[in-house]
Amino acid sequence: MNFFAQALAVARKDLAIELRTRESLNAAGSFAIVILLLFSFTFDPFSDDTQEFGGGLLWLAFVFAGALVFNRGFARELPNECLDTLLASPLSAAALIVGKAIANFAMLLLVELVSLFVFGIFYDVNWFPQAAWLALVFALATWGVSILGAVFGAFTVNLRLRELMLPVIIYPLMIPLLIAAIELTNTVLSHQPMSGQLQWIRVLVASDIGFTTLAWVLADTILLN
Amino acid sequence: MREKLIIALAAGAAILLAYNLYNIFLVLPDEIAQGYMYRIIYFHVPAAWVGMIGFFAAMTLSVLYLASGNFRYDSLAASIVEVSVVFSTVNLVTGSIWGRVQWGIWWTWDYRLTSQLVCVLTFAGYLMMRQAIDEPTQRARLSAALTIFGCFNVVIVWKSIEWFRNNHPGPVISFRTGGGKMDPAMEHMLFLNFLALLVIASALTLVRMRQESTSREIDSLRRAAHV
Repeated sequence: MNFFAQALAVARKDLAIELRTRESLNAAGSFAIVILLLFSFTFDPFSDDTQEFGGGLLWLAFVFAGALVFNRGFARELPNECLDTLLASPLSAAALIVGKAIANFAMLLLVELVSLFVFGIFYDVNWFPQAAWLALVFALATWGVSILGAVFGAFTVNLRLRELMLPVIIYPLMIPLLIAAIELTNTVLSHQPMSGQLQWIRVLVASDIGFTTLAWVLADTILLN
Repeated sequence: MREKLIIALAAGAAILLAYNLYNIFLVLPDEIAQGYMYRIIYFHVPAAWVGMIGFFAAMTLSVLYLASGNFRYDSLAASIVEVSVVFSTVNLVTGSIWGRVQWGIWWTWDYRLTSQLVCVLTFAGYLMMRQAIDEPTQRARLSAALTIFGCFNVVIVWKSIEWFRNNHPGPVISFRTGGGKMDPAMEHMLFLNFLALLVIASALTLVRMRQESTSREIDSLRRAAHV
């Protein structure tokens, strides 16, 4: 089995479990909608400025909800020593992490799609005209967030206060990704041309390549004793 | 031997700092646009340099640990990160004070300031993570990996001057501008104070490393007692 086949097998396993139980999806989706609801009390949701800061609102909701997904990623392997079994198998550590990241990516994209519809309704924002650009931004930023979530889910799986340590470590590392995603999303939501914001696409692509490469290179260090 | 080195470095730093402070406050004139307040640059910029150098040195040591398994590299990396976090915080605080006087605000969400804050938070997370892991090998391994991830973030911080529009003052040091933006005497003092802060950082790192070595020794004695 080659590397990608192994990673896809891990992703398929996690997605199959998640579709059966819907633990993380329900929790993350509900949490994202609650955050969108709470933000509606902090400013006038129908003001003209909503399109200017809607990107920030959305991405905060996504990463906070994402923490619930990332925490479950490796934690679901702890009972019955499943993680030790996986590591003892012919599966490479890098394929395990990338597979978890693919599963995170799929789950987070689903949460984002639902949140985007709810956001459009709650805040009266029409995001359809530049849906293609939005899809590109979401795909690039979500991959970066997902690979970090998978790596640091592996980092923190055996730590004390795992649920606390994961956000503390991961959010500062996500900030460059978030800045780029928020700027691009704000540009899309305010119907401005994307031509002036291409450096942010470069930041997303560079971050994705960098974090994925580091995850692949350091996978054995993170997971294996 | 290490004790003598710490004392020598501390003494050297004290002498150099005394000389620099004399020149900064009593010899060099005020800057035309900023007046007396510009003098904070002699601490603000060198603190940032010491912090950044420290983070990259820690990354190098982390790679060496992963390659060799020698815990000395891990102890030194952890010590350097701790000192670098302090110096980066000094950079942020001095920048805030300068900004308050020059711009009237304590903080602006300028990309470089924000990125430096991201660095401090990332490596503060590193220090917190080390506290949360009891097993020395796992602690060293994960710390090394996190340092490498964190330094990738530092690259984005370093490049943010060129990549993003911002209201932080642009480069003035001659090796960045090709010359002409800063008085040579002032630039000379900047590098001299950088040297002083680097020597202070080195002394602090050695003190911290001594603590790490003692802590590892206590840990191994505790394990031997429980066997």
